Amino acid sequence: MNNPSETILQSGRKFNDKTSGDSVPRTPCKGTSPLDPCLESRICAIRNSRIFSPLVHVKVFCRTFFQKSSWGSGQRPENFLRRESLLALIFLAPSLIGISVFFLLPFVDTVRRSFFDVRGVNFIGWESYSSVVGNAAFRLAAVNTVRFVGVSIPLLMVVSLGVALLVRAVKGRVFKTTFLLPMAVPVASIVLLWQALFNYGGLANAALIRFGGAPVDFMHSGAAFWVLVFTYLWKNTGYNMILWLAGLDGISGSLYEAAYADGAGRLQCFRYITLPCLLPTIGVVAILSLLNSFRVFREAYLVAGSHPHDSMYLLQHLFNNWFQNLDISRLSAGATMMAAVLLIIILLMRKFLDGDSDG
Amino acid sequence: MGDKTAGKFSGALPPNPRKLLKKFHQNFNLKSRIRAILATRVFSPLVHVKVFCRTFFQKSSWGSGQCRSLRSLHCPENLKKIPLYIPLIALALLVWWPLWFMVMGSLMSLEELNATIGPAIMGADGFSVWPLLPSWPTLQPLAELLLDTPHFFTMFWNTFVLVVPSVLGQVAVGAPAAWALSRFRFRGRKIVATVYICLMLMPFQVTMVPNFLVIDGLGLMNTVWAVILPFAFSAFPVFIMMRGFDAVPRPLLEAASIDGAGAFRTFFYIGLPLGVPSIMAAAVLGFLEVWGAIEQPMTFLNDPSVWPLSLFLPQIAAEELGLAMAASLLMLMPAALFFFFGQKYLELGIQAAGIKE
Repeated sequence: MNNPSETILQSGRKFNDKTSGDSVPRTPCKGTSPLDPCLESRICAIRNSRIFSPLVHVKVFCRTFFQKSSWGSGQRPENFLRRESLLALIFLAPSLIGISVFFLLPFVDTVRRSFFDVRGVNFIGWESYSSVVGNAAFRLAAVNTVRFVGVSIPLLMVVSLGVALLVRAVKGRVFKTTFLLPMAVPVASIVLLWQALFNYGGLANAALIRFGGAPVDFMHSGAAFWVLVFTYLWKNTGYNMILWLAGLDGISGSLYEAAYADGAGRLQCFRYITLPCLLPTIGVVAILSLLNSFRVFREAYLVAGSHPHDSMYLLQHLFNNWFQNLDISRLSAGATMMAAVLLIIILLMRKFLDGDSDG
Repeated sequence: MGDKTAGKFSGALPPNPRKLLKKFHQNFNLKSRIRAILATRVFSPLVHVKVFCRTFFQKSSWGSGQCRSLRSLHCPENLKKIPLYIPLIALALLVWWPLWFMVMGSLMSLEELNATIGPAIMGADGFSVWPLLPSWPTLQPLAELLLDTPHFFTMFWNTFVLVVPSVLGQVAVGAPAAWALSRFRFRGRKIVATVYICLMLMPFQVTMVPNFLVIDGLGLMNTVWAVILPFAFSAFPVFIMMRGFDAVPRPLLEAASIDGAGAFRTFFYIGLPLGVPSIMAAAVLGFLEVWGAIEQPMTFLNDPSVWPLSLFLPQIAAEELGLAMAASLLMLMPAALFFFFGQKYLELGIQAAGIKE
């Protein structure tokens, strides 16, 4: 109680505690005039301090001020927070304005338009949605997209994990570079190559005949789907390999040492140490693979055009074709549905992506 | 020489500040960063730039790593690893073969191309063959493309017109935003960060309609801005740089603020220099993204005179086989160059999305 500011703090706290009650706040000094309670406690504090140096006043004032106004977060004073918020707003402004103008606000308009007719004037309710869901092309594309995602993502994850483990085992930087390289290859550059490979008279068929098989019309049969899967794997294995390598680096080596000391084999180590420790990475890899799987449209479109074989007609093709016809209300409904599905997936998986938890 | 002079002062201090700084730029991990920063006790951005350049060029001689792994094959214990190389080399061939194909294809004459892959592209009878080396190597298609096709240069220039402002915009707009999200505590930070993550994960097919509505409303259809602006404001670089700024040690910022540096000065003199690796990561990923972009230009640019190379190439593929081969190679070149020089940052950028702290 010798320290004046300590006393003040206490009085302030008491005052705070009592605000909910109807009684007059009890303060250490008695007989004060019926002033504003806040002011009253301040005067009190100053009287108690018995030092009238201006510094103490400033200090005391600040403390009581912050204490009074710090609602919610007790640690950080509100004033400071407000200053930081302002600064954050200044830093964020260009990006936030851009994102609002180009993505968020028009997306709201998109949702609105999905309930209106093509010109965006007459309200038609759920009609666009039912027309989209009833559309045969939409169903085909949706089934294909789900099938593509369901087949290619697990395949990619297994292959890239295998590659990551191999690359890690041999510590070969050359291989790392090699597998990342397809990521940098622009789609337009490999179109010609893919045509030379997979068209009917292409190199893949030449190889098939060489080894005694029958030629397959890759681009105009169910095999088109697998060409697409292969392309996706070719392009994204390196990306996922890096993610896996980062995850593998995060596993403590002492775990393996302990396991080896206990006589565990390589497979057991993998099953009981590597896989469980990679669990958080698996979530991240899955969601980023999903994101990248939408980009496979570039290859599909450039190789096979806007109306490829049925087995590789994806939602992206459909949306693109709707866009060519300026079928805005259907497109809006489709985009809204797609966004909703993705949003649900993202929010479910968010804990994998959102690393920091300090709030 | 620099090492010697620095050695003189290394009493109780960690040995060589510059060496530590170098390590910081190489490793991108928190511990060595903090040590480097504490050791230098100089917050001049110049030192960072210098050291960064050194490690960058040193690193890019990536032949050394290869030699080491080859030399290590002589050790008996490494002989056991040979079975591991077999599947790796097989998979690596899947990557190298197409690229080899492309390089060799651009060295072939048109007659040879027609004879070898004509059946696939032109629909001639029979099946394609692909010799490992061209029978009569010639630079004729390349020369024809570079000398007699002014059209090609226009497309090349168009691509740069799209790429450079997009990437610069991503950094200029994204870096302050990432700094704010990473360093300031304010109400709604979590929500804003979530919005960025969700936007980053939305495919183009979802953002196509919203983008179109705005671009059409602003009258920007058919101009380069229709492609540049949505790219410049994309959320992905913000996310990558945010992860990079997260690694800047907080005590350093507190020290700066005690020394009287304001928020802007802290950002420019501490945040930006220390965030260079993540900014580079965002730039490399952004470059590759925009360089190969198909959907955005296809949707928003109807006028072939502003088309980038990526739209032009598939057009000529069917008509001019020789030119198309050479053009494919030239289109690949800038991306490959960026890739080889920025591979470390590319990896950082990929990891940024995956690392959990």
